[in-house]
Amino acid sequence: MSGASKEGLERQAREALGRIAAIRSEGRELSPRDRLALPVQDMPCQVPQARAANMLEVAEGYSEAQAKVEAERCLDCKNAPCVSGCPVRVDIPGFIKKIREGDYVGATRAIKRTNLLPSICGRVCPQESQCQANCTVGKSLKSIDAAVQIGRLERWVADNERACGACDLPDVGNSSGKRVAVVGSGPAGLTTAIDLRREGHEVVVYEAFQKTGGVMVYGIPEFRLPKSLVAIESNLLAEMGVLYQLNFLVGRTRKLRSLLAEDGFDAVFIGAGAGLPKFMEMPGENLVGVFSANEYLTRSNLMKAYDRDRAATPIYPSRRVAVLGGGNVAMDSARMALRLGAEEVRVLYRRTREEMPARSEEVGHAMEEGIIFDFLTSPTRVIGDKDGRAEALEILSYALGEPDASGRRSPVAIKGSERVVPFDTVIVAIGNESNPLLSRTTPDLKVDKRGHILVDGAQKTSIDRVYAGGDIVLGAATVILAMGEGRRAAAAINELLG
Amino acid sequence: MTRILSKRRLSEEVYRVEVEAPLVARERRAGQFVIVQADDDFAERIPLTIADADPERGAITLVFQTVGASTHALAAKEVGDPITLLGPLGNPTHIERFGKAVCVGGGIGLAPLHPIVKALKEAGNEVVVIAGARTAELLIMQEELKSIADELIVATDDGSAGRKALVTEPLKEICASDRPPDIVVAIGPPIMMKFCAEATRPFGVKTLVSLNTIMIDGTGMCGGCRVSVGGETKFVCVDGPEFDGHLVDWDGMMSRLRSYRKQEEEAHHRCHLDLAAALASETSAAERLAKGAL
Ligand SMILES: Cc1cc2nc3c(=O)[nH]c(=O)nc-3n(C[C@H](O)[C@H](O)[C@H](O)COP(=O)(O)OP(=O)(O)OC[C@H]3O[C@@H](n4cnc5c(N)ncnc54)[C@H](O)[C@@H]3O)c2cc1C
Ligand code: SF4
Ligand code: FES
Repeated sequence: MSGASKEGLERQAREALGRIAAIRSEGRELSPRDRLALPVQDMPCQVPQARAANMLEVAEGYSEAQAKVEAERCLDCKNAPCVSGCPVRVDIPGFIKKIREGDYVGATRAIKRTNLLPSICGRVCPQESQCQANCTVGKSLKSIDAAVQIGRLERWVADNERACGACDLPDVGNSSGKRVAVVGSGPAGLTTAIDLRREGHEVVVYEAFQKTGGVMVYGIPEFRLPKSLVAIESNLLAEMGVLYQLNFLVGRTRKLRSLLAEDGFDAVFIGAGAGLPKFMEMPGENLVGVFSANEYLTRSNLMKAYDRDRAATPIYPSRRVAVLGGGNVAMDSARMALRLGAEEVRVLYRRTREEMPARSEEVGHAMEEGIIFDFLTSPTRVIGDKDGRAEALEILSYALGEPDASGRRSPVAIKGSERVVPFDTVIVAIGNESNPLLSRTTPDLKVDKRGHILVDGAQKTSIDRVYAGGDIVLGAATVILAMGEGRRAAAAINELLG
Repeated sequence: MTRILSKRRLSEEVYRVEVEAPLVARERRAGQFVIVQADDDFAERIPLTIADADPERGAITLVFQTVGASTHALAAKEVGDPITLLGPLGNPTHIERFGKAVCVGGGIGLAPLHPIVKALKEAGNEVVVIAGARTAELLIMQEELKSIADELIVATDDGSAGRKALVTEPLKEICASDRPPDIVVAIGPPIMMKFCAEATRPFGVKTLVSLNTIMIDGTGMCGGCRVSVGGETKFVCVDGPEFDGHLVDWDGMMSRLRSYRKQEEEAHHRCHLDLAAALASETSAAERLAKGAL
């Protein structure tokens, strides 16, 4: 999809703007046919060779001209099918229309009515399986890649607002005299905090790490989501009067119960995230050189291990890296390993590209950067040297079986296809289990058999005045789903305290 | 962010600091640890077991040895300087009235042993402490331990204090005596804990060890601290830090601890410090332990 230079894309956008102006100068509005004929605006990106060796953001963002052209592609459908694909129901045609009208402040306001972190969602949401999957333009042009690029527009609106220094602070209501504790500063916690603060409640966010943002700071790499952006959003909350207590592990530094019983909180929201990485449970998995993606990425993101001159946290010297998994976490780990100097990085995935849960843009970027994909393969054991360091994987090939009742074709191992392939580093990115810390230290907090906190339709847990949302409820999900749950919980808490 | 309240150099490489941490001081139990960082941006996260706590003054005591760049950065902090601290982490030691408890501490491990000795004593146990170190100078917490324990046995590699022996020697003697221990707690370098576990195994005495693996978050999120115990993978920060020493895969754990040996050496080089000597003495101690214990 990408490939055109930034200048080329800009020239193309200006030409399109010229054509649009020409139509309008004839005194008529663009017809749907005209709109469908406008070119999809590609994302300007750093060239693959350069970006594979730096940590800078890969996607550089639309120019104003590109944003304008892309906005003109929207048909402003009455039934707005895109909106129903959005977990927080952003008024998509509404904000796109504002871009068209040049009312960029209006566009931000339209988004922020329901999505408080558009600069983040514009970058990391799986648009191709949400809003853009439903877009009429994509359907008419028979290609999902031709849908209106809603995420890129969302990002542009948010980036443009920031560049103008005109960030609107949500209004903070008069002090209610009520206090709410928020556990975890990931997207779920931050969104909840904003909505609670709007109502004038005192909000304290407790975060175990030394920085706010959850997975957005320790998991998703700089080259995909600049940490300065997350910091700006977190600071916005501080400006609204949200208090942060960093390096504070609820359950250990203070029991959840004590927050309610002794510390004067009227309600608690738990947005503790997924935690506890899953392993394959194959022999050799505890050898040196085998990492969970969480560890690998935390070392390089939060602890900045890539900054070898300044960071004290070491990163493993890798030459041949195997990444196990097919989601965003696997893509991030593979691309990070490449940037940290690995000579060859291979992604081992048990199914095929079609089944990969990662954002398709990231898979494309990874391929452009030279990551090699071994589809329909999975390892059976890690082989170590005499010092206990990983030196190879035994790998098995799979074939897709007959479709089952649900139409899904499961991979079946091909007998006798075992082979040994040398790797010095293995990064396991096959998902997370839920972190047991809060449930272990809070006996009456009910969880399901996989450890996810059980909630009702208003996100309330088994304990009165305690709510939960995000990955700790859903299992590893997405930023936007975590935000959606946070907003729902905040609404319930606001009602409870209202 | 917390502050350093006091700092003492116990020996060439060992420091004892008191850190302001009122909540941790109040909540912590014997056996728990904290994670400290010299600064928020570039420093490594270092797990350190809590050596003592004073809830009234809101302070906890940490004892550490300068082994790498990060512990040196910590040692360079002065009273009043800020540091980042998270805790208390891990499960508290299971304390009950066992009867006779033998607590073995090696070197720096005597610090985390101290609150356990205290708790065991308070629970009504007869507590024998075996304190070991390379040399007299490295024996720490002696006054505190002497005042609590029913008996304090000192063993040094060079005989400069107490017996010239490895800690496993008196441990085996007690196990073989007519009043063997009901429980053994061993904290120290992994090689020492391993050989303590080997020493008690033939006697069938339950032996708890406290593992100090590499850690990042200390909350169960990264799995960097994992170790194989009885054939199952455990996360030291949430499932431990204490485990049955007879079930720990010591060789696996020790090779994981050496994951970054090469980079650490380079980092050390950068600080113009001589790791080689420390490594050499560590290896020779290990060799001596191996010879003495097997
Ligand atoms: C590498 C990676 C890439 C991803 N890429 C994408 C993507 O492209 N698009 C997308 O939509 N989603 C992506 N995700 C998923 C997404 O990041 C998560 O679904 C989302 O962050 C969940 O939000 P949360 O608020 O529930 O939890 P988290 O973001 O996990 O935040 C939880 C926070 O709570 C803190 N905490 C936990 N327990 C406690 C406690 N007891 N006391 C105090 N603090 C505590 C944690 O330290 C953490 O900071 C990715 C995830 C990873 C790991
Ligand atoms: S479905 Fe596509 S074309 Fe229709 S309103 Fe939504 S973004 Fe615009
Ligand atoms: S230190 Fe990260 S899981 Fe234990």
